[in-house]
Amino acid sequence: MNLFSIIEEIEKVDPEFNDRISPRRDVIKNMSSFGSKVALAAIPFALGDLFKKAYGQAASSSVISVLNFALTLELLEATFYNTGMQASGLVTDTAYIAQIQADENDHVKFLTSAITAAGGTPVTTASFAYLDFTGGGNGTAATNNGPFATVFSNYQTFLAVAETFEDTGVRAYKGQAGNLLGNQTYLTAALAIHAVEARHASAIRYLRMSKYGATVLPWITSTASGSVDVSGAASNDTGVAAVNANYGGATPENTTVQGGVDITKLPSLEGSTTSVAVATAAFDEPLTMTEVLAILVPAFAQPK
Amino acid sequence: MRYAGAGVAGIGLLGAASSCHKDHNVTPSGATIDVGSGDPGILNYAYALEQLEAAFYTQVIATPYSGMASVELSLLTDIRDHEVAHREFFKAALSTNAIQALTPDFSKIDFTNRTAVLTAAKTFEDLGVTAYDGVGYLIQTPAYLVIAGSIVSVEARHAALIGNLITFGNFASSDQVDATTGLNATNNPSVVLAAANTYLKTKVSAKSFS
Repeated sequence: MNLFSIIEEIEKVDPEFNDRISPRRDVIKNMSSFGSKVALAAIPFALGDLFKKAYGQAASSSVISVLNFALTLELLEATFYNTGMQASGLVTDTAYIAQIQADENDHVKFLTSAITAAGGTPVTTASFAYLDFTGGGNGTAATNNGPFATVFSNYQTFLAVAETFEDTGVRAYKGQAGNLLGNQTYLTAALAIHAVEARHASAIRYLRMSKYGATVLPWITSTASGSVDVSGAASNDTGVAAVNANYGGATPENTTVQGGVDITKLPSLEGSTTSVAVATAAFDEPLTMTEVLAILVPAFAQPK
Repeated sequence: MRYAGAGVAGIGLLGAASSCHKDHNVTPSGATIDVGSGDPGILNYAYALEQLEAAFYTQVIATPYSGMASVELSLLTDIRDHEVAHREFFKAALSTNAIQALTPDFSKIDFTNRTAVLTAAKTFEDLGVTAYDGVGYLIQTPAYLVIAGSIVSVEARHAALIGNLITFGNFASSDQVDATTGLNATNNPSVVLAAANTYLKTKVSAKSFS
């Protein structure tokens, strides 16, 4: 499957979904809360069957495209963590990173099942000509000598790349939510994965700040506002200029106006109004699929 | 009552168009406020939860628990400020459609005790994440889904941080993140409000979403 074929005009998602699954509505309602141990174990099968019964072979191609985009990102993250955890002596916070690694691999399995059950063809690592986590891919091959050349030999580089990977994953999911508007099964699943990626981002940032003295916070904090910062230079709080684009785009992370409301003009307990730091940190911003792919391709990945 | 803040820029999302003008006389504590229906109902639901969180953290910072480390004070102050920003955002955006100010009930929380405060914080943050993610599919207006998305990931960042403060490494605990799928839990409004109402004198309902 050509990765780039997923950049296409997005149709309105399946309007008949609720009718299709109406006998199962209670099943969805009950499954949406993962409190029960029985539900935990049953979910992969039940959800797969539910997808099949809900969609049969008729899932809209736009939903499948969104899921495959998500799966692409999860494949990259899973491979990144798998490689890092296998690099002898690299990761010292093993239990901490292993949790994140496990989640990303679980996301790959979940999305793969979901796409298959919906009648789509899931992307796999075989869909890529190469992956290059140093950011040095040149379109033809990995050079493994990009800006993050020491990603798998220097733990602090690994963690810095992980941080931005997670922040970018959050923004990428956020950018796709609108394409799943009203879709109980898939929007809920996408939001549920997006929340976990945000947990990961917070966790990596907290690890770096609390244990390794990095000047970051669990949330993305910009201190400069003004005209739209497409480049991301004013929005990037990582201290690594090479990842400016991950924090920029049409709705950069230093955005301070939400839904027509200027957050900096609202009252706060900091002072009379709200600082740019708080206004920017309190809201995370989306990246479009095009923006994400521009960051990833060819530097980190190249589809076949 | 129209929000009369210090020069709020922007029209606000819902103020002009709606035909529903609530009576904003103060309701006695102990009464139940319903969030309403449709997208305004969803935004009011979010506004209710943000009010609760903002009030909680305001108290936390006003009366810090014994032995609060300076880095904890700084992080919890940030969270307070984020929740206040969220609350004030919804208040401004909802304008005449906003539910009233809610009266919290934190009598069960010992604000002098670190474990008690962080446990309550984790409850609120985890609940907020499951709440937003549980109603996302009900949002009909794309712009509101964007806003909900912008906020929920920050709540998840908060939740992970609080988990880490309680026990290092507890940022995606199995009570919140499914061990098989890696998905965060989601909850419907009935479940969320049943929990939230234990911390509210003014109870909240979401009849049209149950």
